[in-house]
Amino acid sequence: MNVIYVDNNATTMVAPEVLDEMLPYFNEFYGNPSSMHTFGGNVGRKIREAREKVATILGAAPEEIVFNSCGTESDSTAIRAAVLSNPDKKHIITTRVEHPAVKNLGEYFAKNGFRVTFVPVDRKGRLDIDYLYENLTDDTAIVSIMWANNESGTIFPIEELSKTVKEREIVFHTDAVQTIGKIPIDVSKTEVDMLSLSGHKFHGPKGIGVLYIRKGTKFSPYIIGGHQESGRRGGTENVASIIGIGKACELAVEHLGKENTRVKKLRDKLETEILKRIPNTIINGDPENRLPNTTSIAFEYVEGESILLMMDEFGICASSGSACTSGSLEPSHVLRAMGVPFTAAHGSIRFSLSIYNTEEEIDFIIEKLSPIIERLREMSPFWDDKVIGNQ
Amino acid sequence: MWEYTEKVKDHFLNPRNVGVIENADGIGEVGSLACGDALKLTFKLDENKRIQDAKFQTFGCASAIASSSALTEIIKDLTLQEAEKITNEDIAKYLGDLPKEKMHCSVLGRDALEQAIANYRGEAEKKVEGEIVCECFGVTDLEIERTIRENNLSTIEDVTDYVKAGGGCGNCHEKIQEIIDSMHGKEPRAKRKSERLTNIKKIKLIEETLDREVKPALKKDGGDIELIDVEGNIVLVKMRGTCATCTASQVTLKNYVETKLRELVTSELVVEEVQ
Repeated sequence: MNVIYVDNNATTMVAPEVLDEMLPYFNEFYGNPSSMHTFGGNVGRKIREAREKVATILGAAPEEIVFNSCGTESDSTAIRAAVLSNPDKKHIITTRVEHPAVKNLGEYFAKNGFRVTFVPVDRKGRLDIDYLYENLTDDTAIVSIMWANNESGTIFPIEELSKTVKEREIVFHTDAVQTIGKIPIDVSKTEVDMLSLSGHKFHGPKGIGVLYIRKGTKFSPYIIGGHQESGRRGGTENVASIIGIGKACELAVEHLGKENTRVKKLRDKLETEILKRIPNTIINGDPENRLPNTTSIAFEYVEGESILLMMDEFGICASSGSACTSGSLEPSHVLRAMGVPFTAAHGSIRFSLSIYNTEEEIDFIIEKLSPIIERLREMSPFWDDKVIGNQ
Repeated sequence: MWEYTEKVKDHFLNPRNVGVIENADGIGEVGSLACGDALKLTFKLDENKRIQDAKFQTFGCASAIASSSALTEIIKDLTLQEAEKITNEDIAKYLGDLPKEKMHCSVLGRDALEQAIANYRGEAEKKVEGEIVCECFGVTDLEIERTIRENNLSTIEDVTDYVKAGGGCGNCHEKIQEIIDSMHGKEPRAKRKSERLTNIKKIKLIEETLDREVKPALKKDGGDIELIDVEGNIVLVKMRGTCATCTASQVTLKNYVETKLRELVTSELVVEEVQ
C-alpha cells in the first residue's frame, strides 16, 4: 500500500540530497573534528560549512549557532540559561499553546518557586498580546513564545513581540521548530535573543537541533563538558547530522517559494474541498496568518482516533488533537486553550503537507475522507440526534 | 499507535449491529460528547425473554466502537439474568484484550448494558449513587470502588484507565488513592490534626494552601484565585483569569477550594467569593 504522508508537522522525510551528504560521514570520513590530524580536521571544516548554512537561513552569524541534539534540548537550554543568568528574577512568561518542550518546563518551574504566566489565545489561536505586555515585570527572567503553532498553524507576530519585550530588557526566546522552511525567518529583523530549530521538521535527520544565541546574550550551557560548540554545548559533535541539517537549511532556502505557492495551493484545495463536501466541519486556526502547509479541521460528532485509523486503512497518515490518540483523556491543550468546543475538539484532524505531496495524493484524501466521516457519523448517537433535531 | 488485536480491528472496521432498534424493549445511554465517548444500546427480547436483537450507536475511538460491537454480539440469545452477569472483563476478553489505557471503553459497554436492562425493568433511571470524586468525568466513589474490586486495580493510573477518573485536572488523585488504600485494607494517610489555630496561623495556613495546592491547579486552566480577607471562618476570595468568567467556578470554589482548605487548614472554613 502506498503511504500518503500528510503529517509533516510531526516529522518529515529526510531529503535524498540531505542523506547523500550525510552518508560518507559515518564510515568514510569518521574522524573527530577536534583531532589534530588532517583526517579529523577535514570533518571540522564540513561542520563550519554547515554552521554557515544554518546562519544564512536565519540571517545570523555563524558564531551565533550552537548545534545540539533536538528542539527540546534547544528550548530547555534557552530557558534554563535565561533563568540561571538572571538569578534574582523569578518570573517566566510563555503561552498556553506551546509544545510540551516549553509548556512542561514552564510547569516544572512553576512547581519550583517560579511564577509562570501562560498567555492565553483566542478561538483562532491568536495570542492575547495585551495580556502578554501587561504581565511583563522587572522580575521577568524570560519570555518564550513559539513562532508558529504546530497544531493550528497560527503564526505569532514575533518581530513585534520581541521588540516590545526587549524594550524592557527581558530575554526573548522563540521556538521556531515549525516555522523554518515554511515562512521566512530573519533574526536580524527581530529582537529575538534565542531561537530553537529541529532538523527533522524540515527534511533533515532526527536527533539534531540548533540553538541560535544572539551575540551578547548572557548564556550558560545546559550540557557541560568539552570545548565543543565554543564551550556552549559539551559532547562530541553529531557530525553526519550536523552536515545533514546544514544541507536541509540550504534546501529550505531553495524551496521556500514552493512552500508558499505549490504546497499552500494543495493545502487550500484539501481544506476547501473537505469543507465543501462534508457538513459540520470547522477550521481550527487563523486562516489569515497560518503556516502554508497546515490545516486543522474539526469534524463534529465523530472522534479523531476513529478517523485516523480509517484513513490508515488507505495509507493516509495524519494526526489528531483528540484525547484518545494521545493516551490522555482530554483533547490537546492547544485546542482546549483555543476554546474549541468538545463537540469539535474530539474530532479534530491535522493535515500538514510538504513539498513532496502531489495533487493526486490530495485528491485521493478528499475522495476517501467523505465516506469515512459519513460512516462514523452514522454510527454516532449524536449525529442521529442532530439530524432529527434539524428536521 | 495503539496495539489493537486483530479482533478489535475487525470489530472497528466491520462493526456488527450498528443502529437503533425501533420499539426497543430496553434502551441504555451512557457517556457524553464532552467525555469523548458515548454509547447508545437498544435491545429487543423474544417470546422466551431472551435477547433477540441488540444494536448500538457509538461516538468514540476504535476500541469504543469495537467494544460496543462486541457487546451486542455477546448478549444476543442471553436471558437478562445471564446478560446481567457480563462484566467489562468479558468484553475485553471477547476482543482478545484491549490496551490498558483503553479499558474504560469496555466499562462503557457494561454500563450501557446495565442501564438498558434497568430501563426494560422499568426501574427509574439509575440515580448517580455515591459522591462525585472526579469532577472532570463525573465519576463517583462507588463506581471507582466497584471497578477496583471487579478488576483488582491497585494504582491511580489503573483507575484512570478503567473509569477515566483522575484523567482530567488531577485534583482527585488524593481521594482516589484513599479509596484504593481503604479497599486494600490500608489505613488512610493520617490527616493533619487541627491543633488550636490562632488567627495569624490560620491566615498563614490558608495562604500557604492556596499558593501550594489551589493556585497551580487553577492556573493549569488559565485561572487564578486571590485571597481578599479572612473573617472568622469565612474565607473571602476573588476568582481571576478564566475562573472569573467560568460558569463552573462556583462549583470549583465549593467543591475544590473549600474542600482543600477544610482538609488542610481546618474543617470549619467556608469559602465565599467577593464580587
